[in-house]
Amino acid sequence: MSALSNNSWDRRTVLRAALGLTAAGGLAACGGNNGRGGGSGSGVNLTQFFHAYGEAGTEQAIKKYAKAYDKANVTTQWITSSDFESKLFATLLTKSAPDLFEFHPQIQMVKSGQVADLTDIISPVKDDFNPADIESHTVDGKIYGVRMIDDPQFFFYRPSLFEKAGVEVPQTLDELIEAAAKLTTSKVKGLYLGNDLHAIVNPMIWSAGADTLDDKNQIAYHTPGVIEGLKKMRRLFKSGDLLLDAPTDYWDPSALNQGLCAMQFCGMWAMPQFQQTLGDDIGVFPFPKTIDSGKQSVYNGGWSMFVNAKSKNVDAAKEFVKWLWIDQKKYQEEWATSFGFHIPPRTSIAQTATKLKSGLPAEGVKLFNEFGHFDNIGWTQAMITALEDVFANSVRKDGDPEASLDKADKAVNRELKKLFG
Amino acid sequence: MSTTTKLDLASPAPAKATPAKPRRGLRGSPTFNFWLFTGPFLIGLAIFVYVPILWSIWLSFFEARFTVTPEKFIGFDNYVYMLTNDDFVGSLGTFTVFAAFIVPTTWAMSLGLALAVNRLRFMRAFFRSVFFLPTACSYVAAALIWKMSIFSGVRFGLMNTVLGWFGVENIAWLADPNPPWYWLVIVSARLWLQSGFYMILFLAALQNIPGELYEAAALDGAKPGWQTFRYITLPQLRATSTAVVLLLLIAAYQAFDEFFNLLQKTTWGRPPLVELYYKALGENQDYGAGSAGAVILTVLICLVTLFQGKLMGFGRGDESK
Repeated sequence: MSALSNNSWDRRTVLRAALGLTAAGGLAACGGNNGRGGGSGSGVNLTQFFHAYGEAGTEQAIKKYAKAYDKANVTTQWITSSDFESKLFATLLTKSAPDLFEFHPQIQMVKSGQVADLTDIISPVKDDFNPADIESHTVDGKIYGVRMIDDPQFFFYRPSLFEKAGVEVPQTLDELIEAAAKLTTSKVKGLYLGNDLHAIVNPMIWSAGADTLDDKNQIAYHTPGVIEGLKKMRRLFKSGDLLLDAPTDYWDPSALNQGLCAMQFCGMWAMPQFQQTLGDDIGVFPFPKTIDSGKQSVYNGGWSMFVNAKSKNVDAAKEFVKWLWIDQKKYQEEWATSFGFHIPPRTSIAQTATKLKSGLPAEGVKLFNEFGHFDNIGWTQAMITALEDVFANSVRKDGDPEASLDKADKAVNRELKKLFG
Repeated sequence: MSTTTKLDLASPAPAKATPAKPRRGLRGSPTFNFWLFTGPFLIGLAIFVYVPILWSIWLSFFEARFTVTPEKFIGFDNYVYMLTNDDFVGSLGTFTVFAAFIVPTTWAMSLGLALAVNRLRFMRAFFRSVFFLPTACSYVAAALIWKMSIFSGVRFGLMNTVLGWFGVENIAWLADPNPPWYWLVIVSARLWLQSGFYMILFLAALQNIPGELYEAAALDGAKPGWQTFRYITLPQLRATSTAVVLLLLIAAYQAFDEFFNLLQKTTWGRPPLVELYYKALGENQDYGAGSAGAVILTVLICLVTLFQGKLMGFGRGDESK
């Protein structure tokens, strides 16, 4: 054996090896997938978080828009829906936080300095936005997000099944419960509201003539009408006419499309998929009146683009937001109407979007305008959870609605005190 | 003679033998070698375990919303909030129910599997692998299979299809807590996932029991079967049993994945970690209250573990039993 082959490692060898590894690591970092990517070579890297939309082609579209931007390399993280919120909030605390992200307007993000003021880029076109969308993103006169899409949510139903069962479109919650019973057969359940009922929490409150918070940011949901509504929901839950534990949740059109139910609460985004599967045998109606003195309602949800205020590239991120979600009207219309159906928050785009002008989409737009309720920026995630717990405890678990609401009041007031003093 | 002379001349000088040379400097220092090998791990342990624990304890005395940096000192307020919170206290009850069922059931099932596999004369390796393989499956993946395929509430869910053959109506296994069918889903998933691992531990222990003991017992008139199992096998497995129960208890405390994925956003069936996630971390981002809950839970786990160890004699040598 040669002396070389039998040699133990001396300090110089170790040092050389360490330097070699460092150099190799550096080279690998240059060529590897470091999560930034892009091709413009401008030197500015931006990362944006999107929740995984269910409609085919959306991920490719967002990446196409990002690629078309030549002032920064924009990388998109497409995150599974159920993990999106927790991943977003956790990541915002770290150095890996995205520079931009989509979410819903919530005041605690403003108060904790997580989102940047976008007033300067929105102001010139403020009048072209749906005023309710501007209001729902405004705190103390400053606008903190750009609405990308508005998503009205209502009931989709099969007119043929209604006709067969002799059922009219329900105007009240009692009628909805009766309709669900008449439409239920051995193979088809009358109604699907999602597996956890969370989607209809706010619509039921609005349809009872109440609201989440009032103008002074105080509790407005704890009313006799809401309590009555909760009792009716409990009756519906135990009726055997409600589809429970379906493989996909309310936002996916599969339950109605696969014939598991006759009515499904869902969003306008799924309208093309319903039409593709059911043809003309599909109709929409708003959430019915919870009590006689209430009013039908539609939740106008949606997604907005925010800039991380703690990003190292706030200005570059704002520039990208302005470019894509304010200047590029063609992309905005495509994003709103070419995959699922959404209502463009820009009035000028909404008025010219031909796909929304007739038939079922036009009916959806009408319900949006007539019965719509928008996000309240003061209604935060902790408060949302508190009311979801009310539904879990009093509707699904048969607890006392009054006691459940009292418990929610404590949680909501704790939040309100922290946010508004 | 000449040969002897030649051999003498050919002998190497002892003074030049390299191994005899004493090592100098750091390379020869046992202290240096100790730190060289353990240092990186200790640094990792400090950074990723001890610093977060200490930071969490520190944070628990502060208000920290949407940040992991202490904002305002509030003393024991976070502890009071967590200890007076029905949901957090209730989660400890959920854990108790879960642990009371899953620990003895898994113990019995894994021991039963080990005894069965140990007796096999043919295909022992095959069955050992079959029972062990679920251990490699992710809890999340298993939870999704259980939820969307086996225990789906629609008519084509596996369990509902089988029940349908006997005229039983579709059951909503997870959506409706009355009756609490969700326990069946959760417990069956966990039994499937972890029994194989503990079976391997018992199998190893069974193979360490000397055959002479059984022979001596047979000579003394002990009947094979229950009598031998009761008086020889079970006592010989005492150390392994204690370790298995301890591991099962800790695993029960750490239960998260299957509860989180099977019972998303319910107010029932939340073990402590899921409750902490929803109440203080997750979307609500109250890291101060979350840290207080984590400290309470840690203290509780330590106390229960010490009590259980004391009760079952964990750590004592076999000879002392």
